[in-house]
Amino acid sequence: MDFLHNYIYYIGSFGLIFIGIFIMIAKRNYIKVIIGLSILDTGVNLFLISVGYINNGTAPIFSKSAIEAKNMVDPVPQALVLTAIVIGVAVLGLALSLGIRLYKHYGTLNLQKIKEQKW
Amino acid sequence: MRKIIGIILLIIIAWGIIISLQEIPFGTSRSEVADYYINKGIEETGAANIVTSVVVNYRGLDTLGEVTILFLAAIGLGAVLATIIRKEDRKTVKASLILSTGCKFLFPFVLLFGAYIFIHGHLTPGGGFQGGAIIASAFLLMYLGCYKEKRINETGIIISESLGGLVFVIIGLIGLAVGTHYFLNNFIPKGEFNTLLSAGIIPIIYVAIGFKVGSELSKIIELLLEES
Amino acid sequence: MIFIVSFLVIFMLAAAISAYFFKDLLNAVIASYMVSLIAAVLFYLLQAPDVAIAEASIGAALVTAIFVIAIRRTRRHEE
Repeated sequence: MDFLHNYIYYIGSFGLIFIGIFIMIAKRNYIKVIIGLSILDTGVNLFLISVGYINNGTAPIFSKSAIEAKNMVDPVPQALVLTAIVIGVAVLGLALSLGIRLYKHYGTLNLQKIKEQKW
Repeated sequence: MRKIIGIILLIIIAWGIIISLQEIPFGTSRSEVADYYINKGIEETGAANIVTSVVVNYRGLDTLGEVTILFLAAIGLGAVLATIIRKEDRKTVKASLILSTGCKFLFPFVLLFGAYIFIHGHLTPGGGFQGGAIIASAFLLMYLGCYKEKRINETGIIISESLGGLVFVIIGLIGLAVGTHYFLNNFIPKGEFNTLLSAGIIPIIYVAIGFKVGSELSKIIELLLEES
Repeated sequence: MIFIVSFLVIFMLAAAISAYFFKDLLNAVIASYMVSLIAAVLFYLLQAPDVAIAEASIGAALVTAIFVIAIRRTRRHEE
């Protein structure tokens, strides 16, 4: 039980990272690879936020002036992850537009068949 | 064959990660930079939301880079998809009267909710990026409900996106000229704590970011959907 | 409390594994949408409400909408 208290978030985030890497290696359809990239992105963001957690802490917002600053969680990783989520969406949009262009040119989205076609 | 090599590689990486994760304890220590931001955050910026003051005031240059990356993604998407000509015409079913009337009724309320989130960014959880994404969802609802009846005004989107980016950069450059000569310096006097008109330049920058991100994301969705 | 968190983590990993096994691409996109939604709930339980709103609105809704539009313009079944 003590093991679960300490490590459950690490198991969840690294499980997502490994499943994302495995989908990107082992699948041949272009859109499946991009789905694996999205899962990998979510796993990394979850790991970054779980590093900055304090036990029995509260959110870093001073809504009333009498909240003590002693047990607030770390606000710096939250600012980093906010930027990382938006950059992930931008990369995904550009990758899918390249996929539409590939389908128009070759007629298929199977990466093995696209590699085998000569010029 | 590729799957077996992949599984062996992942087992080796997992063994290395398990050894090095013993050094990061979960939920015990807080760094000194975080202590400084929490203790001195109110008197230097005046915002009640500390994540907002870190994103806009202490680390404003990173937010400028992120806005640039979103802008580049929209340009790249438009350039790649601009020369595709659709020949065949897919069969689309025209929406029924209940669906289109419901979408037209819900549209201003979702816009109002998105505007509320980015205006109150320095008091409650929220901010420019979240409010801009909700505004883009409102436009997506209009596209799904009434597909060919209404069109987005082209010049409106172009003007609001450009003005949003320009206001951000101009406020940063004015901060370079007056006061303590830093980029994105907080030069407007901070008002009363926990009211709407407090915290210097932070609400102005978040309104500009909200307009820019909202119009960019709805432009991306329109580019993917249209028949050129 | 710890049982709720472990149940959510097991559900999230099961959804990510089933995104590997689906042959219909629309089902795989719905599975990745489920991963993003449960990650948004876990962000709230880690006391980060800003990041929870950002993940639920940008990372889940808009990414799934862009995927579905891209699948509509290409093929639906994996070969």
